[in-house]
Amino acid sequence: MKIDFDAALGIHPAALMLRARRTEVLANNIANADTPNFKARDIDFKAALAAQLQGADSPGRIHATHARHIAEAPAGAAGSELKYRNPLLPSLDGNTVDGHVEQAEFANNTLHFMASMRFLDGKFKGLMTAIKGE
Amino acid sequence: MALMNIFDIAGSAMTAQDLRLNTTASNLANADSVSSNRDETYRARHPIFAAKLQEAGAFGGPTAAGSPEDASAGVTIQGIMESDAPLQMRYQPHHPMADENGYVAYPNVNVVEEMADMMSASRSFQLNVQMLNTVKSMAERLLTMGQ
Repeated sequence: MKIDFDAALGIHPAALMLRARRTEVLANNIANADTPNFKARDIDFKAALAAQLQGADSPGRIHATHARHIAEAPAGAAGSELKYRNPLLPSLDGNTVDGHVEQAEFANNTLHFMASMRFLDGKFKGLMTAIKGE
Repeated sequence: MALMNIFDIAGSAMTAQDLRLNTTASNLANADSVSSNRDETYRARHPIFAAKLQEAGAFGGPTAAGSPEDASAGVTIQGIMESDAPLQMRYQPHHPMADENGYVAYPNVNVVEEMADMMSASRSFQLNVQMLNTVKSMAERLLTMGQ
């Protein structure tokens, strides 16, 4: 019997990767808090995670069947799930970053990142116990 | 790895805010600098921020797995502009720098505006430092996974 890592680790590696990517998007929003005409963006986490778990071979995805077909973005690419945030208040310089909203989302995302990591850690510890058999 | 890009993003933001603080300091320091020539009088300076665009695949093109398909990554400074606001003309006929009508040209620095700008810049800087620390602890925690 062999260990299937995908089955053993479950949803958590995909979730962890998406959380890391979302951290970057939120960091970019905070960094551009004073940039005129910058539009705050965010990942639709649910849609992105579903796309990542769906994998490449499932029906409904586009397949390149000819050498000159343009390759589709890789599974789970955030480009399609990257949305613009609806600003709570309009601002004079066209910037839609709300510092407090972004900070709250950043903290929330960090917490979820830590949670995913804790779950993964538990899975690895479980596998180690299984290997050692003590 | 996505987390490592954040150091660049936060770094660029901190550089930008630092420059903004620098221009504010320069404006405040020169708030009362007069010149005999109206064209040479100091004018308030402000940096122009712009979102830094990613070079490849930023808009719709296929991109490599794991790269952030975000259109921008951090802040750049496009330049520093001098304010076009009219200079403050003060009637000081006995001033050595006064023109033939007795007016002295003072810089167009708005001190209240500069103070507000300074607070905004330092808060943004703080926010970025905080963000950097959070990401650092996330990365450190990630390294100890499975131990």
